[in-house]
Amino acid sequence: MASDAEQGQLQPAPESFLSKDLVEDISREGINPGRRSLLQSAFAAAAASIAAPALMADDDPDIVNLPTWTRSLGKPVVANPYGQPSPYEANIVRRQSPGLTRTDQSSVSFTPLQNLFGMITPSGLHFERHHQGWVDIDPRRHRLMINGLVDTPLVFTMEELLRMPSVSRIHFLECGANTGLEWGNVAVPTVQYSHGMLSASEFTGVPVSLLLERAGFDRKRATVLLAEGADGSSMTRTINLENALDDALVAYGQNGEMLRPENGYPLRLVVPGVQGVSWVKWLRRLEVGDKPWATKDEVAHYVDLMPDGTHRQYTSIQEAKSVITAPSGGQKLLKQGYYDITGLAWSGRGTVEKVEVSVDGGRNWRPARLEGPILPKALTRFHCDWVWQGEEALLQSRVTDSTGYIQPSRAQLVAVRGTRSIYHNNAIQTWQVHADGEVHNVQLG
Amino acid sequence: MSSWVRAAALWLCTMTMTSWAAPLPEGLADLGRVATEGELAAWDIDVRPDFVGLPPGSGDVWAGEEIWLAQCASCHGDFGDSNEIFAPLVLGNITEEDIATGRVASLTDPAVTRTTLMKVPTLSTLWDYIYRAMPWNAPKSLSPDEVYALVAYLLNLGYVVDDDFVLSDTNMVETQARMPNRNGMSLDHGLWSVTGAPDVSGSSCTADCDVAVTVTSSLPAYAMNAHGNLAEQVRDWGPYPGLWTETGTGRETAAEPEQLAAASAVVEAVVAPEAALNAGGCSGCHQMAGQLVGPGFDAIRTKYAEQERAAYLRDKIVNGGAGVWGSMPMPPMPALEEDALQQILAWLTSGEE
Repeated sequence: MASDAEQGQLQPAPESFLSKDLVEDISREGINPGRRSLLQSAFAAAAASIAAPALMADDDPDIVNLPTWTRSLGKPVVANPYGQPSPYEANIVRRQSPGLTRTDQSSVSFTPLQNLFGMITPSGLHFERHHQGWVDIDPRRHRLMINGLVDTPLVFTMEELLRMPSVSRIHFLECGANTGLEWGNVAVPTVQYSHGMLSASEFTGVPVSLLLERAGFDRKRATVLLAEGADGSSMTRTINLENALDDALVAYGQNGEMLRPENGYPLRLVVPGVQGVSWVKWLRRLEVGDKPWATKDEVAHYVDLMPDGTHRQYTSIQEAKSVITAPSGGQKLLKQGYYDITGLAWSGRGTVEKVEVSVDGGRNWRPARLEGPILPKALTRFHCDWVWQGEEALLQSRVTDSTGYIQPSRAQLVAVRGTRSIYHNNAIQTWQVHADGEVHNVQLG
Repeated sequence: MSSWVRAAALWLCTMTMTSWAAPLPEGLADLGRVATEGELAAWDIDVRPDFVGLPPGSGDVWAGEEIWLAQCASCHGDFGDSNEIFAPLVLGNITEEDIATGRVASLTDPAVTRTTLMKVPTLSTLWDYIYRAMPWNAPKSLSPDEVYALVAYLLNLGYVVDDDFVLSDTNMVETQARMPNRNGMSLDHGLWSVTGAPDVSGSSCTADCDVAVTVTSSLPAYAMNAHGNLAEQVRDWGPYPGLWTETGTGRETAAEPEQLAAASAVVEAVVAPEAALNAGGCSGCHQMAGQLVGPGFDAIRTKYAEQERAAYLRDKIVNGGAGVWGSMPMPPMPALEEDALQQILAWLTSGEE
């Protein structure tokens, strides 16, 4: 096409903009989708040059031929009362992994990490994990009950909760089963499916410690909380009181607005650093107790199978983990030259201290640049300059957290936990860059 | 040390904690009210492993089977062994020795499908979960006696209890003592507490590290499209467009920008607005495919398959034109209704086949 553009003068008909090869190809094979798009761009260029002054050799038609949006009246305010992404971003949505579950109510949708920036997940792209479907709750009819080992069992309305002292904090939320499909071998093509049960938001709500204080909890006997949802599953999880008193919230806000229904509207538990299943959605009750409850998702699921046949129970903390989100599996580098390798790092035990990046499968590492603010139990964005010269590469990232813990390689993790754990896979991820620029999910050994 | 002794030790560690640091603000104690007995009874339905919270009642295996076939079998299969919708609950692979030791031996065998009964250590969990969340589409519709009967039936399917067994609040403790994996849980890990000790550590090596860099696992080519066409799941105009993984198009490796633009999911599929085309008089000169008096809609749609061409086309339709497709002029169509015009423009520029 370059030769056509270089002619830089008016042409009598669009056909003249087609290369001889393409014309022959089309008359021989017909117009398939690939050829059609080549035709489209040729026609577009031709039509543009007809309607506009002569295009000189170095001129960018997108600059010289003013586009429609520069020559027309735009849309009015409130055309979209609730703003929507540009239609050109329509690819970037939550997606299911085909065949992972047999029902859409007890299922997962994954966050498109490969195309997100910064440390916050847009609320509409926050991953979903429901156990018995999601519900629309009327906030006027929602209540929070606090009972168990307390002086006075209490009931709060949403109105009362919104009157209380509130805090807003940024935290990550990761499903304990994130990357669970990859324990044995590579199973999914992109970071959306390998790491997309990960999101982060600014949550607003009332500290659990304040509510427990208000109810007068039994300091001598209390060790755990039971959190319970108001949906059909009435999901229950045992929460370590240590977490509950430290930084847990009864949250109603997410990224400046109310929680989305899929994320627990109007009330959910936020337990920073702890796996997502404990962040009970549609929260209706907190019970203070002195023994764990061994709920369904503490015995049949969210238990980590070890090589000796035991299941680790009450595994909760999400240990330090990182992943390169771009370039990542299923993408393609179109050109050689500079790239900003970027990704996310996080730790359920504190802050991200350091991220290192390797482009040779972990033989050599160099420090990545961390973007602030670096917050506890939140996502930290990292960047690393890279000049790609068409060589094969094996991209990895490795995080060290504020406790000194270093993210393990897959080999190091599997050596201790085997390959059947399902949960808490925080191994270093490898993306292989082929010489043609294709990026693929791989495991090394 | 039994797992529950270890558990107790773990819980003790957490007893030195603080809470809301400041005194409660004045007036805060007026927010919230005392829960009534009736409210507590309605919501506090949880049953702990020590059976605190368990309502009285009973049910036998035969009653359980009847309820099972009516309300549970459609998802879980007649014998709780279906793998169609949920993972199997029981598969008849629990041995007498498992029940004697409280450890399901086959959990070390990757070839054996893990069922619910192979994992669950606590009888209370089965009772609690069925009572609070089952059946799937009508949770909390079962009575306590029905739940006792269903749990009895499940245990019978797993050879834990005999055919004539009656489960009740009075024999839960002795039945718990036969749970096949009652000793199969471990609390010996650092993932319960934020200050727990990790069991795995990574390497701090930064140069010439001795690591294996052979690719041992990757997606086979035939599986690349198992999650759908990746080109349509990634931003299609940036530095890292998605791979075209849909096979049979001849574009598997040719993810060039202009092709990706054609694959973009931006444009919704638009059907031909036939009513508008007829009412507007368009069909008098244009047909769907091939030249009539004017060019075929197929040719027009190919040429203008970009949304920014709509303004140009609008001008040509409303004011007429000549010379673009040959010598036959296109007459002005100023009377075309705005709604119809917009439908036609959206369709002409949609780029969809």
